[in-house]
Amino acid sequence: MWTWFYKLASPPYVYAAAARLAPWFLASAALTIGYGLIDGLAFAPPDYQQGDAFRIIYVHAPGAWMSTFIYTTMAVAGAIGLIWRIKMGHAVAAACAPIGASFTLLALATGSLWGKPMWGTYWAWDPRLTSELILLFLYFGVMSLRSAFEDAAQGDRAAALLAVVGVVNVPIIHYSVVWWNSLHQGATVAKLGKPAIELSMLWPLLSMILGFMLFFGAVLCMRLQGEVLNRERQAAWVRDAVKSREAVKS
Amino acid sequence: MSVGAWHAFWLVVRRELCLSFRRPEQLLQPLVFFLIVTTLFPLGLNLQLSLLRDMAPGVLWVAALLASLLSLDSLFKSDADDGTLEQLALSGQSLLLIVTAKTCAHWLVTGVALVLVSPLVAIALNIPGFAFATMMASLTMGTLTLSWLGAIGAGLTIGLRRSNVLLSLIVLPLAMPLLIFGAAATDRAISQIGAAGALYFLAALCVFTCTLAPFAAGAALRITLE
Repeated sequence: MWTWFYKLASPPYVYAAAARLAPWFLASAALTIGYGLIDGLAFAPPDYQQGDAFRIIYVHAPGAWMSTFIYTTMAVAGAIGLIWRIKMGHAVAAACAPIGASFTLLALATGSLWGKPMWGTYWAWDPRLTSELILLFLYFGVMSLRSAFEDAAQGDRAAALLAVVGVVNVPIIHYSVVWWNSLHQGATVAKLGKPAIELSMLWPLLSMILGFMLFFGAVLCMRLQGEVLNRERQAAWVRDAVKSREAVKS
Repeated sequence: MSVGAWHAFWLVVRRELCLSFRRPEQLLQPLVFFLIVTTLFPLGLNLQLSLLRDMAPGVLWVAALLASLLSLDSLFKSDADDGTLEQLALSGQSLLLIVTAKTCAHWLVTGVALVLVSPLVAIALNIPGFAFATMMASLTMGTLTLSWLGAIGAGLTIGLRRSNVLLSLIVLPLAMPLLIFGAAATDRAISQIGAAGALYFLAALCVFTCTLAPFAAGAALRITLE
């Protein structure tokens, strides 16, 4: 029953699985993001206060959600690598970091574009914004710490530890709008009871969130293949795989 | 010869304190840096006294943050260079204990010294006398937390060349909440609205960090000493 789990520690298996899964993730991400964008941008009713400007939420909120989700994924993968010494955990963590940093940057950029007409400023030193910015710096720290070591395995472990330490920031981001009376609005979707958002606005948003998750899965699979190949470049199975691919080409 | 845990702890603390008092210039450098940075701000901004008072908490805290960051380099580096750290790790005492001892000693020579110098800076920045107690309390907790965060960062960057920039990249984001609450407490004390809330938050951060950071710093040393 647990064999599939053990297989996840084996680089050739992970490489093959990532290669197989990537197109499925990509196709389903295209479908859900496509539906979310069309329905959200064209058909959902405009907000009674913000008009059409609220539509940036369809990119902003999923991006912000992904920024913390990917950070947690990265920390968990790093912890798995650190505790059980599974090399593939570090490979996943290394593949996650740039994607997460990009999503964080996306959330910050879309947020400040929306903030200009709504709050009258591109940037406010608001708890939610500040903690999101800290998250971006944490991603940078993890990435540069990993690359600072000459011994790649040591860099992996150091970066994993830093990622685990930085996890304290994730609940701070989530609860910052609750704990501090912040300029940023509170939760509208993820709360118990009825969501505080009109259903015709909610469906495209949920679809976008799902789509961003699937897109993350697709990019992760692609980056993971590269990571695994780079880490295992001395291994026999990589040479065999390259040879068989060259044989197919010629 | 085997040594009890407490005895070993005090031995390491005493050794650290001896070493730093034998090189007083290293001890004084972060303090002088703290003084210079805080005097540079008013010079560069050319402010009126009332404006200066509004800015003082932020200036004070940023300077304290940078000064304590500057001193982190000495936490493990010289011991790692001459092999002392490896001998300590091989001594049979737990790494947790050694890290705790070294960090406490580091806080005593940098953090406490910073707190003691802070009234001088506060007068220069036109912070009123009645806010000194809150300011010093917040700086005491803040520097202790910073020493621990720094221990994690310094532990992770042992043996790296040009680790200084990387160290600040690692430690500063983690220290941001500290800066927010520390400066808020000082600010509220100056404007005489209750600073207790911010101080409690700071105390919570301090307790949280002091409880968990030793394990992280110990794990960091184990990784980089391998």
